[in-house]
Amino acid sequence: MSHAGVGHHHPKGIKRWLYTTNHKDIGTMYLVFALIMFFVAGGMSLIFRIELFRPEHVFIQPQFYNEMITMHGIIMIFGVVMPAAAGLANWMIPPMIGAPDMALPRLNNWSFWLLPFAFSIALSTMFMSGPMPDFGWTFYAPLSTTFGPKSTDFFIFTIHMLGLSSILAALNIAVTIINMRAPKMTWMKMPVFVWSWFITALILLAIMPVLAGGVTMMLMDRNFHTAFFEAAGGGDPILFQHIFWFFGHPEVYVLVVPAFGVISEIIPAFSRKKLFGYHMMVYATIIIAFLGFLVWMHHMFTTGAPIESQLFFMYSTMVIAVPTGVKLFNWMATMHKGSLSFETPMLFAIGFLVIFTIGGVTGIMCALVPSDYQYRGSYFVVAHFHYPLLSAVMAIMAAVYFWLPKWCGKMYSEAMGKWHFWLTVISVNVTFFPQHFIGLAGMPRRVPDYPLQFTDLNQVSTIGAIVMGLSQLLFLYNLIRTVKRGKEAPQRPWDGAKGLEWTLPSPMPYHTFEEAPDELHGYED
Amino acid sequence: MLGFASAVCYLRRFSKRLCQLAIFIGALCWQALAQAFSSYWNMPRGVTPVSHGIYHLHMVAFWVGVVISSFIFLWMIWIFVRYRHSKGAIPGNVHEHMGVEIVWTVIPIILLVILAIPATKILIKIHDDEKPAMSVKVTGYQWKWNYEYLDQGIRFFSNLATSQAEINNERPPGPNYLLEVDHPLVLPVGEKIRFLITSNDVIHDWWVPDLGVKQDAIPGYVNETWTKIEKVGTYRGECAELCGTYHGFMPIVVKAVSPAAFKQWVAKQKTVSNGLTPTKPKAPAKPMTESELLTLGKTVYGKNCAVCHQTNGKGLPPTFPGLVASPIATGALEGHINIVLHGKKGTAMQAFSEQLSPSEIAAVITYERQAWGNAELNKKAGHPVLVHAADIVKKEIEESGS
Ligand code: HEC
Ligand SMILES: [Cu+2]
Repeated sequence: MSHAGVGHHHPKGIKRWLYTTNHKDIGTMYLVFALIMFFVAGGMSLIFRIELFRPEHVFIQPQFYNEMITMHGIIMIFGVVMPAAAGLANWMIPPMIGAPDMALPRLNNWSFWLLPFAFSIALSTMFMSGPMPDFGWTFYAPLSTTFGPKSTDFFIFTIHMLGLSSILAALNIAVTIINMRAPKMTWMKMPVFVWSWFITALILLAIMPVLAGGVTMMLMDRNFHTAFFEAAGGGDPILFQHIFWFFGHPEVYVLVVPAFGVISEIIPAFSRKKLFGYHMMVYATIIIAFLGFLVWMHHMFTTGAPIESQLFFMYSTMVIAVPTGVKLFNWMATMHKGSLSFETPMLFAIGFLVIFTIGGVTGIMCALVPSDYQYRGSYFVVAHFHYPLLSAVMAIMAAVYFWLPKWCGKMYSEAMGKWHFWLTVISVNVTFFPQHFIGLAGMPRRVPDYPLQFTDLNQVSTIGAIVMGLSQLLFLYNLIRTVKRGKEAPQRPWDGAKGLEWTLPSPMPYHTFEEAPDELHGYED
Repeated sequence: MLGFASAVCYLRRFSKRLCQLAIFIGALCWQALAQAFSSYWNMPRGVTPVSHGIYHLHMVAFWVGVVISSFIFLWMIWIFVRYRHSKGAIPGNVHEHMGVEIVWTVIPIILLVILAIPATKILIKIHDDEKPAMSVKVTGYQWKWNYEYLDQGIRFFSNLATSQAEINNERPPGPNYLLEVDHPLVLPVGEKIRFLITSNDVIHDWWVPDLGVKQDAIPGYVNETWTKIEKVGTYRGECAELCGTYHGFMPIVVKAVSPAAFKQWVAKQKTVSNGLTPTKPKAPAKPMTESELLTLGKTVYGKNCAVCHQTNGKGLPPTFPGLVASPIATGALEGHINIVLHGKKGTAMQAFSEQLSPSEIAAVITYERQAWGNAELNKKAGHPVLVHAADIVKKEIEESGS
């Protein structure tokens, strides 16, 4: 119906954002929301890292400590990495496949607007009498059911809303990719970022209902006298863990697969060379996503699982390393014999590779059941999973620097971007690398206080965390400065960048590809 | 041609800062690695066959990881030096190569098999079901452990022995800060000991790194594991599953002694009445005086109740209610005895009938009814402020009593 933006009614002010169905507006809102929550959850981590600066009481009580680690985890996952990835999907998938918008624009509006309300509910527990949710982001029963504070019901409602938001967003993305591609864009010509999000959307559709079922059972146990997870009533606390990790493990891929997609766009652009092994990259991601559903019990090796299931889940977990290795080697091969330059997006992409490799290696260590007996529940695991998660964060930052010129038509400050990169990559390692050793030496995770022999490395880790936190302010400043008074960006700021989105002007007009493009302008031609 | 020479040239020009950084990072890594190998920061080798097996597997996995990541990082550095746009590198045009894809699929598979074989072997050893010499039931409570020697009839609680003063910075911490308990788990060396692990409330996890034992304590489940300690010594660990507010304050101490010393220890528990062997409810021959009750009550309170209700009786509301002028501590005696004996389900307030002797329960209730100005309130309302062990025993017999 619409023709090149003529006759479109644009409400102004808050209404524009409340009512918008434009994928670019919604993408911006997702990204800004993620950025705000990044500082909220990051601030929480600074609170508990400072408490851990030395043994004994420093400045917060154990109860508050537990509340902070719980909110930090939940917000970082559901409020930062997922919305940021959804923001990238919203902004970039339509222009990358030559579509005018998402397939279901009103639904798109709603999937975003559920988020601020969901997190307002979760954070409002801070101002209620009684503790905030205090059982860790894994909220194991019965700590969260029979023993959970009153605020747990708010927490459950938050999870329901987040689940709904994710399901609707995933549905929308999958439908868009299936139906709205430009005629010439066959499946195997799709950019890898689009492929990655397609796979992510399918994972989300499979796991979010499981989580919703799990928290509904919690709600029933807490309020309607059922006993799904209550041993005294004939229920099973381990059932909760099965449900949680059946969601929770694939969730890891929800966080990191979009990052794979981002890296697969950026590395070729700055290597001035087509992605190596495109087909293998796509297949590897599909295999990883599939295997991701078969490994959940590797989070439960010490629950008393029989040896048969321990062996099955150990082997299946180890097998995931193979397609993951294939991806890593293909990225390396893309850079090999390329023509590399090191602008900020590329630096962050390289940072991703380094951090992800370390997290992958410790992941293999954790897969080995006997060793996992010593790692599980210790700081080794904290160190391990923060590596892949921070690699996802670095990929998102890479994506922001990469596409920012396209979004707002301005260039960010390269010098500041480089500073941001070096401070981030160094402080991430100063924070988390020592945690491997703290865990091996025997420090459990989620404790507000610790024996004296863990002091030195905890101090190093806390200093790293503070530097990491402060360097993100530089990121914030750089972003604001770019939007306010960055230099004009050319249409294709990166000479190696290929793909439909770079055929559009910078900034992208409000409406793009109202007519599907004839040519793909990728490496395909 | 862009050879090695140009790479070197590039490095020379731009590398002063880079080199300094590299030296700094290198030094850090070297430090970290050196630390890792000094057993201080590495996984302990431990004192059981299982812990040795795990340690070796861990080191093999670690070295495999070092080899893989070194390969990737060296390749990366080579690429960064060799293929720079600023040095006029021309991109190659090979974008697909089945041969290399197969190579980097097969080599990792081989490495994984190398890891899977020893891992499987050790796991089978961990699940070994040879008959044990003795069994200990371990029960997690918020926030203490209970040990029951099933063959010897000994049962006791093991509480954190670090004082609140150390935790709250009022006194410098001792050498075993947060790793010391009032009653350690005493075990004989050289014998296979079976642990039956369960929980009274939420999920805990019994972890002693030196034994290579980590097992979840789950309500409604009894998980089995075992150990065979090789060396006399004291081994310490902590709860490894988030179990509420004081998750970080429920350590585990295992004292491994020679079998002869263990026999002696068992015999001593049976003759000396130190609260480690369960007894039938029985009032002491001579009732205690009020001041004796108050003294004992204060000690019992400090050891068992103060973590939650605090030494000053103010609690940490709303999670842990204060007892100062509280409805129960200054209400009818019946309710007070009831909550201390049976706890309150679904809260951290646990049943103390199985943890304390009748005299101790009588003493702590007396103390709570009199301390912090509660005595005046109780007297004004006409509630009793003195409880004797005999009252507690009577109540227990009535309740158990058919
Ligand atoms: C692990 C924490 C914890 C410990 C240890 C603990 N309590 Fe409690 N206690 C609680 C909680 C929580 C409640 C509130 C239960 C409820 O919701 O009614 C409570 C309630 C009480 C009450 C009722 C207070 C009122 O008026 O509402 C009394 C009396 C009491 N405890 C006595 C004791 C005594 C005596 C001990 C030591 C032998 C003890 N508690 C140890 C957690 C604890
Ligand atoms: Cu515990």
